[in-house]
Amino acid sequence: MIQQKIIEKAKELLLKKEVDLVIGFSEWTLPLRTTPIFIRTPEGADSLIWNSLCENNLATYLHKFSRFKVGIVVKGCDARSVTALSFEKRFKPDQVFLIGVPCQRMVDRRKVKRAVKGEILRATEQGDQIMVQGNNFETVLKRNDFLYPSCQVCTHRTPVQANILIGDPVEEVPLVEIHPDVKEFEKKSPSDRWRFFEKESSRCIRCYACREVCPMCYCPECFVDSSSPKWIERGLSPEDLQFYHIVRAYHQTGRCSGCGACERACPMEIRLTYLTQKLNQDVKELFGFESGIDGDALPPLSTYNIEDRQEFIK
Amino acid sequence: MKLKLDKKDFKPFLQSLMDEYDLFAPVELAEGVSVFKMIDQPGEVHLTELLPQKPAKEFFFPQSEIMFRYEKIGKQKQMISEEEVKRERILLGAKPCDIEAISIIEKVFVGEEYTDVYFLEKRKKTTIIGLGCNHPLSTCFCSSTGGDPFLRAGSDLFFIDLDEAYFVELLTEKGMAFHKNKFFKEADSKDLTLVKELEEKAFEKIGYSIPVDGIEKRLDLMAESSFWDRVHEKCIGCRICTYLCPTCHCFDIVDEDEHPRGKRVRNWDSCLSPLYSLETSGHNPRPTCRERTRQRLMHKFNYFPKNFNQVACVGCGRCILYCPVHFDIRQAIIATSPKRPRRFVGKRI
Repeated sequence: MIQQKIIEKAKELLLKKEVDLVIGFSEWTLPLRTTPIFIRTPEGADSLIWNSLCENNLATYLHKFSRFKVGIVVKGCDARSVTALSFEKRFKPDQVFLIGVPCQRMVDRRKVKRAVKGEILRATEQGDQIMVQGNNFETVLKRNDFLYPSCQVCTHRTPVQANILIGDPVEEVPLVEIHPDVKEFEKKSPSDRWRFFEKESSRCIRCYACREVCPMCYCPECFVDSSSPKWIERGLSPEDLQFYHIVRAYHQTGRCSGCGACERACPMEIRLTYLTQKLNQDVKELFGFESGIDGDALPPLSTYNIEDRQEFIK
Repeated sequence: MKLKLDKKDFKPFLQSLMDEYDLFAPVELAEGVSVFKMIDQPGEVHLTELLPQKPAKEFFFPQSEIMFRYEKIGKQKQMISEEEVKRERILLGAKPCDIEAISIIEKVFVGEEYTDVYFLEKRKKTTIIGLGCNHPLSTCFCSSTGGDPFLRAGSDLFFIDLDEAYFVELLTEKGMAFHKNKFFKEADSKDLTLVKELEEKAFEKIGYSIPVDGIEKRLDLMAESSFWDRVHEKCIGCRICTYLCPTCHCFDIVDEDEHPRGKRVRNWDSCLSPLYSLETSGHNPRPTCRERTRQRLMHKFNYFPKNFNQVACVGCGRCILYCPVHFDIRQAIIATSPKRPRRFVGKRI
């Protein structure tokens, strides 16, 4: 039903020429995956789909289509990214039409793959269940056991600031109070935290997929690419990898919507959201701010207040 | 010569290799994530059905490699070459696709005009123990690019996993040096039958065909095709497909300077990065993902075949498996062909 409504809305927008293209999700060749699709004709809209595997944050494509009027299918987190980008004046607000879909929380395809022996060749979703099939097996899994950590803690599944909401708003109760990786991280001693960070970042191959999938990473020249001044070397020495990972995370402070796209993109499965989500948590606690919720509120790092906490200045 | 190695003897066998060689094999870094690494303990070796994320090319052409160091003492500048490979090496457990890819990049690094000493030194001092691919994935298409799951070419020894034991073939002079290895036993006819069955099963799995034949000619006519206007759209310009590709071999050379000394380093580079083609003037001849995606596909399927009579793709499927936006290179190949098979697998979620 939701899928049908998305298709109808996309058709309408394209037919009335309210947008030049609609960015949404479509199925493609692999099971347990969807792919971003760019639709320019009303007929093309029939390829749009909606399910628990629409894991990409499509807001990242708005940079690519900055000269067009774009209709875009967004989950709660993606809508927050669009709002945050709009605040950063990446585009005019009327340039983007948000087709908001209250999110059912997205399924971690890697976790599903690891739950079965053998290659999954077919996957179907029915209500709260996912059925996966391979050559000699067929298994039914409970959807909620396989959700991305960032989705488990989400409290903004219903897109705010959407131009249209497809389906009814959902109850904003997180499945777990604290991000499982943040919880684990917070429990550690400072030296164990460092060891964890060191171990995770050591797998980095500097493909920059975490940067490229992130809607908020749009600097024309990233600090890692700058050659004069050269902030960082290009190789794989631990200090360079750590430097990249720290700075990438810190540049997200007060801007990250917690969509988890960075972690999903990493081919080496480096855990990344324990950093960004911890920062999100801190920003919320210290400044009462959440990125992309209120389009007019000033992000803490874009402003100052004489009342700001300053006990860290000693 | 047909031999076998019992699995119970596998660790002692590895230990015996390590006594004489530097041993490199897949190691698991985190659940489901593995790379080829130098082995310190036989227990680290992690041979699975899956391909390690990073291909075996890294072993001959590391992602980041020091070429030489330099130092300025007074007015004298001194260059210090990096140490040569001291011990003979063994690369164990690479699948036929990765091994074929090594012979592909060898054409570039050890060519008629240029010889890359760094690559050649490692290549000369390496014995390759290939591992048959019993269970190709649905993303594998090596049979369409001229390979197969049990291609022996390039291996010095070849192992096939028979569950209880590894079937062992000695294929080259380097391989024959192992014929008296105390852990190898003579294989019997039952083992040979098992090998045949495994091969047949794998071939059946990889039976479908992607129209790679003739792609060079087709792309000749497509340099300015509207095809490129759309195929790149979902590409976000990360480097996963090129870094994880066993045949991609572009690099960038930089000096890591810590005055008065420093080192010259060669790092992998990727045509999908805007920086790759950015010129000093600020002009970029490949300004968008459109040109960069075209470059990636053209290099693999047009320029490389023109130069070396072979496509620069071995069908390992890594770029399909790990792409964050699910770009499927098979679909791009199919789209260039008038014969367009439909998609491979049926219904999805």
